[in-house]
Amino acid sequence: MNDQSITVRGKDRYKSGVMEYKKMGYWEPSYQPKDTDVIALFRVTPQDGVDPTEACAAVAGESSTATWTVVWTDRLTAAEKYRAKCYRVEPVPGSPGSYFAYIAYDLDLFEPGSIANLTASIIGNVFGFKPLKALRLEDMRLPVAYVKTFQGPATGIVVERERLDKFGRPLLGATVKPKLGLSGRNYGRVVYEALKGGLDFTKDDENINSQPFMHWRERFLYCMEAVNKAQAGTGEIKGTYLNVTAATMEDMYERAEFAKELGSNIIMIDLVIGYTAIQSMAKWARRNDMILHLHRAGHSTYTRQRSHGVSFRVIAKWMRLAGVDHIHAGTVVGKLEGDPNTTRGYYDICREDFNPMRLEHGVFFDQHWASLNKLMPVASGGIHAGQMHQLLDLLGEDVVLQFGGGTIGHPRGIAAGATANRVALEAMILARNEGRDYVHEGPEILAKAAQTCTPLREALEIWKDVTFNYESTDTPDFVPTVTPAA
Amino acid sequence: MRVTQGCFSFLPDLTDEQITAQIQYCLEKGWAVNIEFTDDPHPRNTYWEMWGLPMFDLRDAAGIMRELSECRKIYGERYIRISAFDSSHGWESIRLSFIVNRPQNEPGFRLDRQETVGRNQRYSTRSYAAERPEGERYS
Repeated sequence: MNDQSITVRGKDRYKSGVMEYKKMGYWEPSYQPKDTDVIALFRVTPQDGVDPTEACAAVAGESSTATWTVVWTDRLTAAEKYRAKCYRVEPVPGSPGSYFAYIAYDLDLFEPGSIANLTASIIGNVFGFKPLKALRLEDMRLPVAYVKTFQGPATGIVVERERLDKFGRPLLGATVKPKLGLSGRNYGRVVYEALKGGLDFTKDDENINSQPFMHWRERFLYCMEAVNKAQAGTGEIKGTYLNVTAATMEDMYERAEFAKELGSNIIMIDLVIGYTAIQSMAKWARRNDMILHLHRAGHSTYTRQRSHGVSFRVIAKWMRLAGVDHIHAGTVVGKLEGDPNTTRGYYDICREDFNPMRLEHGVFFDQHWASLNKLMPVASGGIHAGQMHQLLDLLGEDVVLQFGGGTIGHPRGIAAGATANRVALEAMILARNEGRDYVHEGPEILAKAAQTCTPLREALEIWKDVTFNYESTDTPDFVPTVTPAA
Repeated sequence: MRVTQGCFSFLPDLTDEQITAQIQYCLEKGWAVNIEFTDDPHPRNTYWEMWGLPMFDLRDAAGIMRELSECRKIYGERYIRISAFDSSHGWESIRLSFIVNRPQNEPGFRLDRQETVGRNQRYSTRSYAAERPEGERYS
């Protein structure tokens, strides 16, 4: 692409009228991003006939200081500092008509510690800009100076494990099903059976709030009876994610306070409550020793298609800053969208203190997290005990594996389903630690464990043929072919 | 009942050979292995008694197995667990923990409920074993 600055300088720059964005200072190919700059990588698809460099400069302009015409009031400010600078434009491999635009933003453009402020700029008006057919925010480099203005996960992986007294294996959960319609009393039955059978957590689904068939207080009361009874029955810490999502902050605080009063160790919120509400609940959770689970309800409306929207890797970064402790980040082998390499990138963003650039995982920048707490990824949706070796291999140890149907749908009941999952998991960890090639020997390891565990035998039999092999829509640009799920 | 704390409580009790393999795994990761015991397995009883200090400089599982066998001779009727500590930055906590010895009879826990305001209950979990003085709970 062209690599010369064509910025108009001096008083000509401020002559009234319309000027191309690339001449206004939003295209600076020789700009060296500072360590303190926020960097955004956009996938830009200009309308036919629009010059790619101009389109990318316009993205920089519209996401920072520009408007459609020259304004003299720029001259009252340190305008050059506040202009976002597109410093690199390159064609997207294998995707004619689309371009990667690297844009640097000065740190002073953003209010400290506010996702709402960051996103109002970066994904604000610019996404509706007419000269673009489509626009996607692919990745962001968040400077340490900015990361340090956020609280980060209220609890973090290490402290969560210490509180729960569970080390060395993924945590196990299940979402209560059917997700709608159970009364509080019946709902608590599912929670009790699943926890008593061997799960660590149960979970409200995203749309369980307070409906005619079960108001929230009923659910909280019966769930905590179930948690405490299961805890006494096993000698193990148990929890259930009480969904406090509600119409207003006041309602959410009321529900969270009640969860605390009942002794719950975890609450949950949905992504649809919005960034500010999420940050408020993260601060509440830190103040009240509560683990905060985030269900990413709604994200696929803007993360799934590669041409337009926001990549989930960016959402994961924002949520680590915002301060949730759990985030659904894909299963690879389950029923929901998830290319293995792309998903690996999300998991690294949640769990590592430093993410090196890895284009094959869709990670475009080195990212330092400056000891911000780690965020526990959650794998949920269409997974079962027979996949345990694949899950452990693909997702690692610091993850919550959520088997909803794979627990509750067990032919001998919920507790049996829970036991099957727990035995499968422990057997796989034992084998892995013994140095066995557990990925290839997985089915044998499970079969052997099933010899002393009838529920596992039954689970392996009933779900043996269940797989979800569909091509992913969101794969990294730098891997030539789609990677198969398993 | 069977207390299901620790990483492998849902499997049949581990043999010494299996325990050795797990310890070797921890040592190869550079973690310090520790033996702890208790006669009160309450889920919130965080601090079990330490059988000496974590074995920071041991590189062979056999040495830890010898310590475990000494510990079992004295506290064979209590819960004994192996914990492995990772001192690397960003973790600095336990990486693996599993029970390697348990009393023959595990009496379990009583759940006390205290009715309070509205329909609210205050829950309290009590180890039956802990109703007797420390040291006399499993004899």
